[in-house]
Amino acid sequence: MKPAPFEYVRPASVEEAISALTEGGYAAKALAGGQSLIPAMNFRLAQPAVLVDLGGLDELRGIHPRDDGGLVIGAMTLHREVEHSSLVAEHLPLLAEVMPWIAHPQIRNRGTVGGSLAHADPAAELPSVMQVLDAVLHVQGPDGVRTVPIDEFYYGLFTTALEPDELLTAVEIPPLPAGSRSAFEEVSRRHGDFALAGVAAVVQEAEDGTVARARLSLLSVGDGPVLAERAMACLAGRTLTAESIREAAALTSEDLDPPGDIHASAEFRRHLAGVLTTRALDRLRA
Amino acid sequence: MDEAQRVNVGGSVNGARFEREVEPRLLLSDFLRHDLHLTGTHVGCEHGVCGACTVLVDGEAVRSCLMLAVQAEGCEIITVEGLAGDDLHPIQAAFHEEHGLQCGFCTPGILTSLLPFLRDHPDPDEQEIREAISGNLCRCTGYQNIVSAVKLAAEQMRK
Ligand SMILES: Cc1cc2nc3c(=O)[nH]c(=O)nc-3n(C[C@H](O)[C@H](O)[C@H](O)COP(=O)(O)OP(=O)(O)OC[C@H]3O[C@@H](n4cnc5c(N)ncnc54)[C@H](O)[C@@H]3O)c2cc1C
Ligand code: FES
Ligand code: FES
Repeated sequence: MKPAPFEYVRPASVEEAISALTEGGYAAKALAGGQSLIPAMNFRLAQPAVLVDLGGLDELRGIHPRDDGGLVIGAMTLHREVEHSSLVAEHLPLLAEVMPWIAHPQIRNRGTVGGSLAHADPAAELPSVMQVLDAVLHVQGPDGVRTVPIDEFYYGLFTTALEPDELLTAVEIPPLPAGSRSAFEEVSRRHGDFALAGVAAVVQEAEDGTVARARLSLLSVGDGPVLAERAMACLAGRTLTAESIREAAALTSEDLDPPGDIHASAEFRRHLAGVLTTRALDRLRA
Repeated sequence: MDEAQRVNVGGSVNGARFEREVEPRLLLSDFLRHDLHLTGTHVGCEHGVCGACTVLVDGEAVRSCLMLAVQAEGCEIITVEGLAGDDLHPIQAAFHEEHGLQCGFCTPGILTSLLPFLRDHPDPDEQEIREAISGNLCRCTGYQNIVSAVKLAAEQMRK
């Protein structure tokens, strides 16, 4: 058998799940869709002593509209369910656009939104998308519920603000402010493979046509989702023109310190980030 | 843990009920192959990349190497053995007709991936077909004949 032995727990409620995680401490792990955790266990890179299967927790599943057009998405909602949701297509086109980029259909049939956000793979699409959408994470632990703004959630490589005894229960996404447009761009070796680089962008236009606020988050070029802060600042108050876009793309590339690996060198990733930023912003020009 | 924990799991495979006690770390792929002796489901990479182990769980294609057998509790599973009735399934017949396989190692995973795909896309174009099989590696065919077979299967199934 591939994974190392573990004790399997299938809680019937979120509270039970948290008790099991608390008891297990650092040796316990939550199992969501298993599409990142089980490969790691098959390689024995991960050897949790206690595995807490969230599969039975229907309360963590579903896409719920807020009155103002925002959405609350339960952590155990499948990638597939988000991909095919008419609510998501209507209210958050950026999220609908990104879903087919996440792995293959067979993986999206089991992988979950919460698992992807909690796993914090730097090549994952959802953290960057949630970042430009100003999402808020709902976290529950033994002491109750707290919320964490996405900009404070990612600490580094596979590391988040979640304590070992805490569960991500949902992600809450406010509606896009009036005058906003969004775009996603990515390059991968093959459809469904992890991104070599990618960018999610939201630009809010003021009434005079200038940029009121820009959000740009890059993936697969750092140790988590990377906000392009200088590029965002450089666009504010200006219109999107070839000139301002070129500047923003240059700042984006300049500020990155991407890793190099067998799939792409650091230099290539930095170059891609600039090209993809240009493409995304070009799509957002009025 | 002195003695390995065992957990009860019950469901159905290709319409037949099963009920077993298994170690929770047993993968669904190994459960199908070793415990239920359904060796049509192949195992290549065991980390979700090759697609050879794809089976249907409650009608959707999933990687059986990325599921624990105990997670299949209450599920209806279809493996490649469940596709043919008295005759080959139209997708299998089309693969036969168009030479959509050579060694056949990738074939079970491709067939099971295609079943829900053709259900949802009865008239797919080439781009859609190539995307649908992008999660399945084939080291023999170069994919060309697989794509032709899918086109033929779609045509036959629309009749
Ligand atoms: C071949 C392949 C290609 C892939 N390609 C991509 C890709 O292109 N882009 C992409 O983004 N992803 C990709 N993935 C990963 C996939 O999207 C996973 O579904 C996702 O990363 C993890 O979600 P999961 O539900 O499977 O989580 P699991 O694998 O079950 O868990 C992952 C981690 O998160 C923790 N966790 C899960 N849920 C919670 C929770 N609610 N609260 C606290 N902790 C939790 C677990 O303890 C574990 O540490 C790919 C996977 C494979 C196998
Ligand atoms: S064996 Fe499951 S995907 Fe390769
Ligand atoms: S036919 Fe040999 S791997 Fe596909």
